[in-house]
Amino acid sequence: MNYLQVLQLAAPEAALAITVLMVLAVDLIALRGKSVARRFGTGAMVSIVGCLMAAVFTFTHYGTTDPLHGLLVVDPLTNFLKVVLLILTIFTVLISASGKFTEHVGEYLALVLLATIGLMFLVSAEDILMIFISLELASLSLYILTAFNKHNAKSSEAALKYFLFGGMSAAFLLFGLSLLYGLSGSTNLSQIAAGLAGRGLDPLLLVAIVTTVIGFGFKVAAVPFHLWAPDAYEGAPTPSAAFIASGSKVASFYILAKILTMGFAGAEGSAVWQGYVSGWTPVITVVAALSMVLGNLTAIVQSSVKRLLAYSAIAHAGYMLLGVLANTPSSRSALLFYVITYALTVLGAFGVVTVVEAATGGDAISNFAGLSRRAPGLSLCLLVFLLSLAGIPPLAGFIGKFFLFSAAVGADAEHLGLLWLVVLAIVMSAVSFYYYLQVLKQAWVLDAAENAPAIKVPPVTMVALVLLAVLVILLGCAPGLLTRHL
Amino acid sequence: MLAWTIYISFIGVLVLMLLPREAARAARIIALFTAVAGCVVAFAGAMQQPDPGKVATIVKVPWIPAIGASYYLAADGISLVLVVLTGLAAIAGILFSWNIEKRTKEFFAFYLALIGGVYGVFLSFDVLLLFVFYELTIIPKYFLIARWGSTRKEYGAMKLALYSFVGSHLVLIGLIAAWVVARAQTGHASLDLMELSKVPFPLGFQQWVFPLVFVGFGILAGLWPFHTWAPTGHVAAPTAGSMLLAGVVMKLGAYGCLRVAMVLFPDGVRMWQNEIAALAVIGIIYGAGVALVQRDFKFVIGYSSVSHMGFVLLGLATLNTIGLSGAVLQMFSHGIIAGLLFAVVGRMVYDRTHTRDFNDLQTMQLGKLLPFAGVTFVLAGVASMGLPGFSGFVAELQVLMGAWKVFPMAAILAGVGIVVGVAYILRAMQKAFYSDAPAEDKSGPEHPLEPISVPERIGAIMLLATSLVIGLFPSLLLNWIQPCWNSPLFERLLKGGSL
Repeated sequence: MNYLQVLQLAAPEAALAITVLMVLAVDLIALRGKSVARRFGTGAMVSIVGCLMAAVFTFTHYGTTDPLHGLLVVDPLTNFLKVVLLILTIFTVLISASGKFTEHVGEYLALVLLATIGLMFLVSAEDILMIFISLELASLSLYILTAFNKHNAKSSEAALKYFLFGGMSAAFLLFGLSLLYGLSGSTNLSQIAAGLAGRGLDPLLLVAIVTTVIGFGFKVAAVPFHLWAPDAYEGAPTPSAAFIASGSKVASFYILAKILTMGFAGAEGSAVWQGYVSGWTPVITVVAALSMVLGNLTAIVQSSVKRLLAYSAIAHAGYMLLGVLANTPSSRSALLFYVITYALTVLGAFGVVTVVEAATGGDAISNFAGLSRRAPGLSLCLLVFLLSLAGIPPLAGFIGKFFLFSAAVGADAEHLGLLWLVVLAIVMSAVSFYYYLQVLKQAWVLDAAENAPAIKVPPVTMVALVLLAVLVILLGCAPGLLTRHL
Repeated sequence: MLAWTIYISFIGVLVLMLLPREAARAARIIALFTAVAGCVVAFAGAMQQPDPGKVATIVKVPWIPAIGASYYLAADGISLVLVVLTGLAAIAGILFSWNIEKRTKEFFAFYLALIGGVYGVFLSFDVLLLFVFYELTIIPKYFLIARWGSTRKEYGAMKLALYSFVGSHLVLIGLIAAWVVARAQTGHASLDLMELSKVPFPLGFQQWVFPLVFVGFGILAGLWPFHTWAPTGHVAAPTAGSMLLAGVVMKLGAYGCLRVAMVLFPDGVRMWQNEIAALAVIGIIYGAGVALVQRDFKFVIGYSSVSHMGFVLLGLATLNTIGLSGAVLQMFSHGIIAGLLFAVVGRMVYDRTHTRDFNDLQTMQLGKLLPFAGVTFVLAGVASMGLPGFSGFVAELQVLMGAWKVFPMAAILAGVGIVVGVAYILRAMQKAFYSDAPAEDKSGPEHPLEPISVPERIGAIMLLATSLVIGLFPSLLLNWIQPCWNSPLFERLLKGGSL
């Protein structure tokens, strides 16, 4: 296999890398001295065209190819996930249009695209070395994106927190992965599983499981590794936070499920009621239960919508972990359905927050008062996004929850062993309805201050938000559109 | 055809959303037109159905094949009764909210969305679809109360929304568990009510899952002790909101108990039959007793709803055809009468006097100032206490007859509830309309009260006439209800299942 073939296989990523260079070059050379809006418009256009090109390139490969022994696996599922990541990137770029946080638009867009490249490699990787490298590429870009609002001290603080926690989690992850390599003598996930087979649960393997879960626990912001998330979401420029919550989550969950189910195959253990067996499932169960409870209960008392979304993200990470630990084919597709629809929804929610923040100067819940009068279309979108997050049918969030919970219960149909965890999840999701409704109450029930002007929504952002809302409704009414790819 | 009741309502929502903000008059007319169209379709569809005892499929297409969900709308006689009730209640609610001036189009958009969801629940024969419509009604309810309500509206709205949501989540747990167990037993995934009703769920499973689902739905039916949302929600809601809450939304809960919980888990019902009857009787007596001592006119009606819904639940617990028929008839009857009572209190009295406190109302001599309101309340009150000739009598009588066969003690206690019901209605009537307490100043209220408007008169007469017709000719509805008990859907429930 020569390099040209590798390049062909990585055509989408390569196209995106070229786009990164082009965005930087256009911004630095051609648009020097032009207005920020103009520069942003052009840069965004180039980025979107690049993303579309990359998406087209994913369709040039059918079937499954794995010429590099796990370094770059291309199959229909990874291709589909790459397209999803590209779509999320396009929407992130579109909702950035209404943010006024930076003059360095070229660098901003380039970093968003670089993060996407990292995530795209991540979903294609079945080799722990490649997983680590692409994860770091994505993470480093995201740290910088968090710090991008140089006029806001909170942004720098958030980035520093995110970076320090992230660096530590990377160290944990690396430690866990090195143990895996030491135990099995391979960096390829399926060979690792083969190497570990029949050894039973020795203490080193347990340490490897725990440190890997810690490493990914940070990435997906699950309790007790969530401490960075609220600050990062609140301090980061809103579109950056949206990307952290959406694209990065899709890829991280996919790869977490892959490492655990492929790499640690045989060390599952069990977390069913009165049937505990140690392994990675109980570890994930504890993390999932803590995330659901703590995330939802803490979200209730938040007064900043971004922090509220951060805690709700933690809670949702808890639900998603149910899909990981159920560990059946149907639970994997339920997990992917959930995380993809969640990404679309939360992107939309952050998009609305971006607009409101730009218009009212803050993201406190009270800043949303009277939104239905000041921007009817926008508040209708907000209604759709938040109700979907709360799990109200017929929106995507509800169907996602139904898939996820029924897959988790169905994993042990004989004794309904995981029902206790699903009951916890459902009870907690009933709690979550309260805080989403608090935001909607501001928007739809309360009145804005006297003579508050109508909010002007940039047309590009509005189009993006309406598209996202339509997607959320559509995937709720016709989930088959998505499930057939998963 | 009946499916169009749902579609028409949601088309109405879309049309209203596109309307310019100022067009209040147009919004009212569109809403009324939509509701009338929905009601006409409901009647026409009901008439067309050849055999109400059979489940007539309206539409059935695969929706999510992977989990066996389909878009399955169908109707049997019970659905028909409730669909017709929804149609009538929807029209009446709009007639009694003709005076909404604040954000009119949004009000009616939420209103019609609620109506569309209610039609959907009554026509769904796929469990997931039913659940979807059921939850769909929560959001419009919340906004109708929180935005257009009165007394402690945000509190009442949030309480109602959370109670409904918690209830529906209990149902969701039960449904997921039932789906998994059924798939393990039959080997294929299905959410079709007809198929699930044939699955023999293990007894141990039914024992815990039935109360879960029954209570989940029962919360919305005002099941004591989970009824506390009902009085606060009814009082906080705008008139049309309380009319719909009492008129149809509480029926959603009772319908879910019958259609889902009892049909899927017939052995579970038998294990918990006594407990349900006990809770129902407590609800009847407690609701009536509390209604007797209220100072707020609307709380009287709010608690009376809890009491009357107790009869529905008692009828369901009897598990014999006469009691069940009575329960369904009581759903219809209470929907009409409670709607009317709330219309009198909320629209005719409160919107004009701006008080619901008996102490204030006593001084106003409303019986003379608003003779139409007074007469309407007397007639509705008489219907509510179960006087022969009105629908409440036949419904409650059947429930009591059914209950007498299984739990005689419960029937006697429920009879006591009826007597207390007479007392609180008479008390409310006397205090609000026909008090001879001397007014402090003889001039009466400062502003002359606006006379009862035409839409109010039409609405009141329509509801009264319905109650009277059903009271005189109960067979009109019983001919729809009774054949249903022979359908295979209820076979295991009535014939004693495997227990």
